[in-house]
Amino acid sequence: MKQAISINVNGVDYPGEVEPRMLLVHYLRDVLGLTGTHVGCETSICGACTILIDGQAVKSCTMFAVQADGSNVTTIEGLAANGNLHPVQEGFWECHGLQCGYCTPGMIMTSTQIIDRNPDPSREEIRHGLEGNLCRCTGYQHIVEAVEYAAKKASA
Amino acid sequence: MIPAQFDYARANTLDEALNLLAQNEDAKILAGGHSLIPAMKLRLMQPPLLIDIGRIKDLSYIDEADGQIRIGAMTTHYQIESSDLLKRMCPLLPECASHIGDMQVRNKGTIGGSLAHSDPAADWPAAALALNAELVAVSKDGERTIKADDFFVDLLTTALNPGEILREIRINKNGSSQAYVKMPHPASGFAIVGVAANLIMNGSNECTSARIGITGVAAKAYRATGVENAMAGSQLNEAAIATAAKHVSDNTDINGDLFASADYRRHLAAVYTRRAIQTAASRV
Ligand SMILES: Cc1cc2nc3c(=O)[nH]c(=O)nc-3n(C[C@H](O)[C@H](O)[C@H](O)COP(=O)(O)OP(=O)(O)OC[C@H]3O[C@@H](n4cnc5c(N)ncnc54)[C@H](O)[C@@H]3O)c2cc1C
Ligand code: FES
Ligand code: FES
Repeated sequence: MKQAISINVNGVDYPGEVEPRMLLVHYLRDVLGLTGTHVGCETSICGACTILIDGQAVKSCTMFAVQADGSNVTTIEGLAANGNLHPVQEGFWECHGLQCGYCTPGMIMTSTQIIDRNPDPSREEIRHGLEGNLCRCTGYQHIVEAVEYAAKKASA
Repeated sequence: MIPAQFDYARANTLDEALNLLAQNEDAKILAGGHSLIPAMKLRLMQPPLLIDIGRIKDLSYIDEADGQIRIGAMTTHYQIESSDLLKRMCPLLPECASHIGDMQVRNKGTIGGSLAHSDPAADWPAAALALNAELVAVSKDGERTIKADDFFVDLLTTALNPGEILREIRINKNGSSQAYVKMPHPASGFAIVGVAANLIMNGSNECTSARIGITGVAAKAYRATGVENAMAGSQLNEAAIATAAKHVSDNTDINGDLFASADYRRHLAAVYTRRAIQTAASRV
């Protein structure tokens, strides 16, 4: 049986009706058309689907949309403010933190949580924070540098 | 990866959840969903009704009362990992939490969900055994306390009865020396071997008593009583610890799988037990 939900995504309230089994990532992409959040593995491993829900980085393929009823969700589309890239987005741009870009939305959302909790993370702490995000292209080094850049920029 | 159909009910209070559970015997509790949802996607589980306890506020806390640490079942791995109170009073818990999955998993998964699930490679069961935790279960008929020693019954099976919800985890404060060490599976992050060591020491580098919880090795987490007996009253030197650690798989049926054969796991279990005890002993 479908259930009524209302989720605030990137500052906009979206009322809707969903089957309880609909995963949050499918709701964001297929119903709301916010395709910036990617689906990689669908098995909670790759982190491509990472979003923030009430400020917490979560894999949206491992959550039902009904669980998010009444919550505030931030996706990659909601990071840039007034046309200015978020420091983490800028870091990925400046430090060449992506190649194909498939993992990037998830990497960026997770990275915002890392520097939010720890404004001056060491490389080791950045790598520990990114353990739930897989990248098949970059070899991670440039991603780590992008997060370092973002941390400096955000606290400047 | 779409689960079978189910109905969903969000409980706003514990009583509401208990009532729903009493009326629907095949229903499943949904906590963080990080064991249940993957299993439902694979259709290994097809519950007709999920009762979401994720929004019950008074199930998520870390407190101190009557000489005990009390942790609500819905407390997330991250809340435990980052708790200053626990870092001071029971460092095994934050250390154990930091080894679970990844940051996103720790943000959502709960200690209660992990204990109730009793995955043979989960980290919390080893910690609960080593810390002699008491688990508080509630049902419509009232509340009871289950010792961690009696809680893990078999593979994915606990002493919780139908209709019961795990409400709280209690740990006695006792000034012990603690450590959790783990060899994670390189892909899944779950424990190939995880060892929780909890030592009571006296002033002269002697171990008065030890509790050692092991996960990843057998069908369920267990206490390595052979190691505990060998450690009790023993000096904490390298040779004594290494000899004691060899008893880790006494009378235990060891798992073997594609990644680690039973022999390899037995070897790892002794190595990680030695490291856990040495690390704990170095933290007086
Ligand atoms: C990618 C990934 C990596 C992971 N790595 C690890 C790891 O390294 N180590 C580790 O230990 N775990 C790991 N996990 C599992 C994770 O820790 C889960 O969060 C945990 O096992 C279950 O907690 P939950 O809150 O998500 O419970 P849920 O998935 O919601 O529930 C699990 C089961 O317990 C029942 N249940 C839940 N709460 C209660 C309650 N209060 N009372 C009664 N029954 C209840 C449910 O009905 C269900 O059957 C991993 C998970 C993922 C997705
Ligand atoms: S798609 Fe969610 S973790 Fe890979
Ligand atoms: S840039 Fe291609 S997967 Fe990361």
